[in-house]
Amino acid sequence: MSLDNLKSFDPFAETDGGDDKKDYIHIRIQQRNGRKTLTTIQGLPKEIDPKRVLKFAKKEFATNGSIVEDTELGEIIQLQGDQRQKISDLMMNSMGIKKSNIKIHGF
Amino acid sequence: MSEEEQKKSVAFGETTDLENGEKVETSEGNTAEGHSVAENGDAEASTFDPSAVKKKKKPKKEKESENGEEAPKENGDGEAFDPKLLKKKKSKKAKAEEGEVGAEGDGEFDPTKLTKKPKKTTKKKAAGDDDDFQKRLEELGLEDKKDEPAAPQTQEEFEAELAQGGGVWAQDNATPFKYSQLLKRFYINLYEDHPELSGDGRLKNYKIPPPQVAREGNKKSIFANLPEIAKKMKRNPEHIIQFIFAELGTNGSVDGAGRLVIKGRFQQKQLESVLRRYIVEYLTCGTCKSPNTTLMKENRLFFVNCNICGSRKSVSAIKTGFQAALGKRKKMQA
Repeated sequence: MSLDNLKSFDPFAETDGGDDKKDYIHIRIQQRNGRKTLTTIQGLPKEIDPKRVLKFAKKEFATNGSIVEDTELGEIIQLQGDQRQKISDLMMNSMGIKKSNIKIHGF
Repeated sequence: MSEEEQKKSVAFGETTDLENGEKVETSEGNTAEGHSVAENGDAEASTFDPSAVKKKKKPKKEKESENGEEAPKENGDGEAFDPKLLKKKKSKKAKAEEGEVGAEGDGEFDPTKLTKKPKKTTKKKAAGDDDDFQKRLEELGLEDKKDEPAAPQTQEEFEAELAQGGGVWAQDNATPFKYSQLLKRFYINLYEDHPELSGDGRLKNYKIPPPQVAREGNKKSIFANLPEIAKKMKRNPEHIIQFIFAELGTNGSVDGAGRLVIKGRFQQKQLESVLRRYIVEYLTCGTCKSPNTTLMKENRLFFVNCNICGSRKSVSAIKTGFQAALGKRKKMQA
C-alpha cells in the first residue's frame, strides 16, 4: 500500500545545507572610500588555481585584482569593485561549483 | 501558483515572506546547475577530476574562455525561461521603490513623527492585509452605529478614544460598557500585542518595521530603529549588530539612544536585504518556517528553538571572515 500524497514533504528529513557546510565559498564586499568597493573571495576549493581564476576574472570583468595570503584563511582573491554576481556566475557556470556552496555576503 | 502570488507581495516592513525567499533561491540554484551541466558537459569533467590538477589547468583556460562567451547567453535564457527569476527582480524593484518612498517620509527628522509613524503604518497595514480582521471590525463598527449614535463614528476615532482613555473608557465614566465595545477593544488590543493570534489564526507574512536609516556626516550611517526591530524579532540587539557588521564588512557603535552607527554609507534597502538574510538564517524555524523562535547558546553552539512546533536546529556562529586592510592600515603594514 502506497500513500503517495504523503511523501511530498518529510518533516524529519535533514534541513538542506547540512552536509557540506564547511566548504562554503564566501564572496564578500567591503566599502572603500566614496563609491568604491572591494570584492573578496574566500575559501576556493584546493583543486582550483586562484591565480588562473584571477587572471581570467581580471580580463573578463575588466577590473584589477590581486591574491592575498591570509594565515588562517589561505589565499583570497580580491577584485576591485562589486563583482559578486559576476564571480558567482562564473564559478557556477564554468568551475562546477554548486550554488549552495557559494555564499554571497553584503548588502 | 500560490507561491508566486505570494512572492509578489514581498516588501519589507509590510510583508516578509521567508519561505518563498528560500524556495526561490534553491530553485534558481537548480536551474543554474542544470544549465551548466547541460552545456558544459565535456568541459566539466576536467574540473571535477581532482587528481589531474596540472592537466586540468590548460583545458580549463580554454573552457573558461568558451564559457565566457556562453555565459551571458545562458543567463539571458535563464531569465527568459524562469518566471520566478523575473518575478524576483520585479519584486525587488518594487521593494526598492517602496523603500525610497518610506525613506522620504521618514527622512524629516521630527522626533514625534519618528515615534508615531511605525504605529500608524502597522495599523494601515493591518487594514490592508488582514481582510478578515478588518471585516470583523467593520461589522462591529456598523453595529455600534446602530446601537448608539453618540459613540465615536469611525475606527480611527474609536482607537484614539481607546488609546487616550476618553469617552466610555474614562476612569470616572459610570456608563456600563457595551459588549460590542469591549469586543472591539479586545480585537484592537489583540492585534497590537499578538498580531499572529488575530486574523485567521496564523499569519503567513512576517512583518517587521522597515529599518530607518539616516546618514551621519559623510561616512557614517545611522540605523535608528534597531532596538525596536530586535524587540519585535525577540533577539538580542547585540547579535543582530554582530551579524550586520559581519555581513557589511565594517564596524561601528551604538550611540546613547540605542541607535546603531555604522561606518560606511548604507541605504535603507541595503540594510533591508541584510536583515532579511538574518531572518532567514537566525529567525525562521527550519521545519515550520515560523519566525516565533528563540535563540539559545549551549556549549558554544547556537540553537534556534521553535516556539510553535518545538523543533530545534543549530545555527552557525557569526563569523566575520576575511577583512581586507584598507587605506592607512595597509600602508602601515607594508
